[in-house]
Amino acid sequence: MPLKLEIVTPEARIYSDEVDSVVLPGYEGEMGVLPAHSNLVTTLVPGELRITKGGKTIEMAVGEGLVEVTGSVTRILTDAAIDSDKIDEAAAEEAIARAKKALETLKPGEQQEEVAAAMAAIQRATIHLNIKRKRRTI
Amino acid sequence: MPSTRDIRRRIKSVKNTAQITKAMQLVAAAKMKKAQDQASHGRAYAEMLNKILVNLKVHAEEGIHPFFAEGKGDKTLVLLIASDKGLCGALNTNLFKKLITTQIEGEVEYVTIGRKAVQAINRLRRTLLADFPIKDPAKFAEVRSVSRFIQEKYLTGEYKKVLAVFNNFINTVTILPSVEQLLPVNPVTLGGKRDFGVEITPPAADSLEYKFEPSAQVVFETILPQYVNDTVYQMVLESRASEHSSRMVAMKNASDNAKQMIKDLSLEYNKLRQAAITNELLEITTAKMALE
Repeated sequence: MPLKLEIVTPEARIYSDEVDSVVLPGYEGEMGVLPAHSNLVTTLVPGELRITKGGKTIEMAVGEGLVEVTGSVTRILTDAAIDSDKIDEAAAEEAIARAKKALETLKPGEQQEEVAAAMAAIQRATIHLNIKRKRRTI
Repeated sequence: MPSTRDIRRRIKSVKNTAQITKAMQLVAAAKMKKAQDQASHGRAYAEMLNKILVNLKVHAEEGIHPFFAEGKGDKTLVLLIASDKGLCGALNTNLFKKLITTQIEGEVEYVTIGRKAVQAINRLRRTLLADFPIKDPAKFAEVRSVSRFIQEKYLTGEYKKVLAVFNNFINTVTILPSVEQLLPVNPVTLGGKRDFGVEITPPAADSLEYKFEPSAQVVFETILPQYVNDTVYQMVLESRASEHSSRMVAMKNASDNAKQMIKDLSLEYNKLRQAAITNELLEITTAKMALE
């Protein structure tokens, strides 16, 4: 029985295909999903997602979201998902620098929205970098 | 009787207007394409979130999350989403008409998006709580602050429910002013009543047994605010798509009307000119005959 995987963000449908297995960053740590997994709902934390299909592995950086697993379909809803090949290292580093600078100018406690946004940006960019760098050393 | 010069002047002015409306039509068409794409892309996410929530709702226990229950107060909060700019036909007028004809019990307070919405609320002398300017094209982060505000207000318990009034985009010529319940999250409206999603029927209660990780409570606490955020975002996208479509159609009509007007005026102008020439000829001939 194949496993159907769907990854959707508010902007677009990123991925929709039948895969062998998928490893995703769940609320309680990394979680592997194989076909005929029992029904499960969990939240997704920002991190790395690996899809295995026909011996090949696709890596993606994902943001916060939600995962619904039923026997045949795995649905992933996340605010952002990007293929590791498309991650721009320089852009990620720049994003970290920019967010750190923003954090310095912001007063904590006053502009919580902005602080949270900057923190999220740093986290996101760091994940992007980690995925990219890990791959290069192999 | 207008002189030929008056008519010439009018033709010129109508031509200028036609040029402007034509340009606006082209701009609106480009923006419409973008807004429509954005709206249709957002639908996939909204639809899937909806689907998951319908599946989960079956397992939700009573009182698991405040968003599932009506608030204690008897006030109603209405989110009104209209456009920032005018010149888009009857779009906003129809929306406000829908708002006025909708019967809402008890005290009503408003939150608005778009300049036209604020103006309307002020004109109607209703209570305005907050107005959020959202740029074009709409960004999720911007819309999230609106949604957060609404959720905070709802959690105070003062409001019985939250309604949203917005333009639902069906296609370029069909736009449906709609009223939908945003909070409490309702399994009926979830089921398939959202016009911009496909119809979803909840599965039989025993067909899907879920394990929640770490717990149903935590999952609902994450998913429900996200659901409300996304719903508001999608509504804004639908409104934007409606606005640009409506403006394009309005400007196309204006251009067409201007063209027709130029045609009519030219005909009148030519008639007048011909009459003047005939008159002159007549005068010359009579004068000549009088001399002989």
